[in-house]
Amino acid sequence: MTALSTAARAASGVGNLKTMFQKVWEQHEVVAETPDTPAVLYVDRHLIHEVTSPQAFTVLRERGLTVRRPERTLATIDHSSPTRSDQIFGGVPIAIESAAKQIAQLQKNCAEFGVELLDLKSDQRGIVHIIGPELGFTLPGQTIVCGDSHTSTHGAFGALAFGIGTTEVGQVLATQCLLQRRPRTFAINVHGALSPGVTAKDLILSIIGEIGIGGGTGYVLEYRGAVMRSLSMEERMTVCNMSIEGGARAGMIAPDETTYSYLRMRPRAPKGASWERALAHWRSLASDPGAKFDREITLDGGRFEPMITYGTNPGMVMAVSGSIPERRDDPVFDKALAYMGLTAGAPIGGQPVNVVFIGSCTNGRLSDLRSAAQLLRGHHIARGVRALVVPGSQQVKQAAEAEGLDRIFIDAGAEWRESGCSMCIGMNGDTVASGEYSISTSNRNFEGRQGPGARTLLASPLTAAASAVRGRVTDPRDFING
Amino acid sequence: MQPIQQIRSRTVVLPFTNIDTDQIIPARFLRTTTRAGLGKQLFADWRYSTDGAIKPEFALNRPEAAGCAVLVAGHNFGCGSSREHAPWALLDYGFRAVISTAIADIFRSNSLKNGLLPIEVDAPTGQWLLEHPGAEVTIDLQTTTLRLPDGTAVEFPVERFARYCLLNGTDELGFLISTEREISTYEQALRP
Repeated sequence: MTALSTAARAASGVGNLKTMFQKVWEQHEVVAETPDTPAVLYVDRHLIHEVTSPQAFTVLRERGLTVRRPERTLATIDHSSPTRSDQIFGGVPIAIESAAKQIAQLQKNCAEFGVELLDLKSDQRGIVHIIGPELGFTLPGQTIVCGDSHTSTHGAFGALAFGIGTTEVGQVLATQCLLQRRPRTFAINVHGALSPGVTAKDLILSIIGEIGIGGGTGYVLEYRGAVMRSLSMEERMTVCNMSIEGGARAGMIAPDETTYSYLRMRPRAPKGASWERALAHWRSLASDPGAKFDREITLDGGRFEPMITYGTNPGMVMAVSGSIPERRDDPVFDKALAYMGLTAGAPIGGQPVNVVFIGSCTNGRLSDLRSAAQLLRGHHIARGVRALVVPGSQQVKQAAEAEGLDRIFIDAGAEWRESGCSMCIGMNGDTVASGEYSISTSNRNFEGRQGPGARTLLASPLTAAASAVRGRVTDPRDFING
Repeated sequence: MQPIQQIRSRTVVLPFTNIDTDQIIPARFLRTTTRAGLGKQLFADWRYSTDGAIKPEFALNRPEAAGCAVLVAGHNFGCGSSREHAPWALLDYGFRAVISTAIADIFRSNSLKNGLLPIEVDAPTGQWLLEHPGAEVTIDLQTTTLRLPDGTAVEFPVERFARYCLLNGTDELGFLISTEREISTYEQALRP
C-alpha cells in the first residue's frame, strides 16, 4: 500500500516539489489510496446547515451512531431562513411551514448529537461560507467540507475545501473522514493588475468564461499571480467561491501576509504560542517553485472588464460594454437566449431590469456592501425597480450598520434585510417573478434559480448598484469615471 | 442500496448540455427532511407548467418514456449545486443510470453512493445515443460495458471501489468505520 502511494506521488510531482494541494492532501491522508480503494481523508472542519443535513442525521439514528468529533462540526441556518426581522426576532412565525420544520429539525439534531449551532437569533449566524472565515473557524492548510458546493470559498485561505453530498455529511459526522480519489491540479495564473471598476467578481466570471463551466471538472484549481496576491481576503473568497461554476470542486489561493492579518484576532483562530506554531505551518503551504500542475493557463488581468452573464449558466458571460454573442446551429444556446428573452448580437447595456439583488456567499461581505453603497450614495434606484440588500452574516450586518451603509441603501430605496442565502436560491420565499430580469451578485443564473421563470444576470456589486440607479444594465465605469 | 449487476432498458434523451442540478430538482423542493418521494418533482419546471399542468412535449412526459431506467443527456450533466436530492429524485422516478459525455464531480459522487450509475462515454457514442431516443441498451457493471442495439460494446470507467459497492449493494460508511484504528492513530498525532 505504501509503495503504491509513493509511486503515485512520484508520478504526480516533480522530485520533491509539491503543489499546495498535494501538501494539504498528503497531510490529511489517514489511509493512502490504492487502485482498489480511495484515500481515507481526514476532515478538519465540517460546516452543516438545515437543507443538506437532516437525512444524514437520520442515517446516524438508524445505525445507532454518534458524531465522532462534534467540536469539528459547526452548524448554522442560512438557506431556508427568513430575512424579515419580525420572523427572526419579532415572534412572527416563519412564513413557510416547510422551512420552519427544516429549521426545527436542525435544532433538534444539533441538540441531540451535541453539535454547536449558531441558531436563528445568534449574532454569529450567517451564510456558512461567510461565517466560517469571519469566526476564524476556517484556517489555512485545513480540509474543510460542507454539504454545499460553494464550500470552495474557504480555499481562499489555502485550505482544501469542497462541497459534498448528504451521504458524505453523514460519513463525516460518523467518522470525521471521507473516501476520496486524488483530483488533478490546474494552475490559473493571472498577471498584471485589474483596471478601475473591475472587481474580483469580474475576474472570476472572466476566468469561467475562459475555461467554460465544465473546464475545471476533475481538478482542484490554484489561483496564482500578481492579481491574486493583490486581492483582499474578501475578494479572494469571491474568486474561490465560484470555482464550482467552472466545474472544480475546490479552488485554492496560497496564504500570505494578507491571510494572516485577516485571521489574527478572529475569535476562533489560534492564539499566543498556538498562533506562532500555526503560522510557521501555514508559511510552508504554498506550492514549491517549479512544482508541476496537471494543467496550467495564464491570463492578463489588465484586459478584464466589468462582466455580466446573458444566458443560463455562468459560462455564458460577456463584458457589460459588449454585445451578446451569436452562434449558428446551436439549439441549446438558442434555448438559453429564448429563456432569457434576449437577442444574439444586441448590446446587453441598456437592458431593463426589474430586480436587483446584492448579497450571497459570493458577494455578501462588508467590502461588497461598501462598494455598492459607495456607488448608490446620493442616488435613488430607478422607479419600478425592487432592490434587496442581504448581508452575508449578522456580523456583516452589524458592521455595515455601524458604518451607516444600511441608511445609504434604505435612502436609495432598497430593502435592508437579515442575513441568509435569500434570493440567490429563493428557498425562503425571496424570489424573482417569472419573466422578470434580476441583476444579481450571486453565483448562478440557471433557469429558475431565483424563482420559476426568473431571468438572472450575474454581475458585481458595482455593476448591480449602477444598474439599480438606471433601471437598466449599466457599466459601473459610467459612474466611476463621470 | 440496491445492488446493480445489469440494467437493460430503453433510453430517454434530454439533448441539452450543462443540465444543472437546479433543473433536476428545483431548490424550492429541498425544504424536506427526508429523501423519499422526490421523483414527482424531478425536472419539475420542465415537466409541468406553472399551473401544474403536464407539458406533453417534454421527453419524460411522452408515453414511450414510461418504464425507462436509463437517461441520456448532453455534455456536463449534473453541474452546479451539491444537492443529493438530484440522484434521489432520479432514482425515485425510476432511473438507474445516467449517460453523458461528461458528468459533474459532485453529482457523480452522490449518484454512486445511492445506486444510480453515472456513465461517461466517448463523443461518438454520446452523439449516437442523443440522436436515438428509445434505443434499447444493456449496461453490465461486472464488465463495465454498455451494449448498443447493434451489439457494439462500449467500455465505461467506474471507480473500482464504487463499482465493488454497487455490485454488492454495500455502502461506504461500513468501510470507513472499519478504518477506526487508523483514524484514531491519525487523530492522536494531530497537533492540538
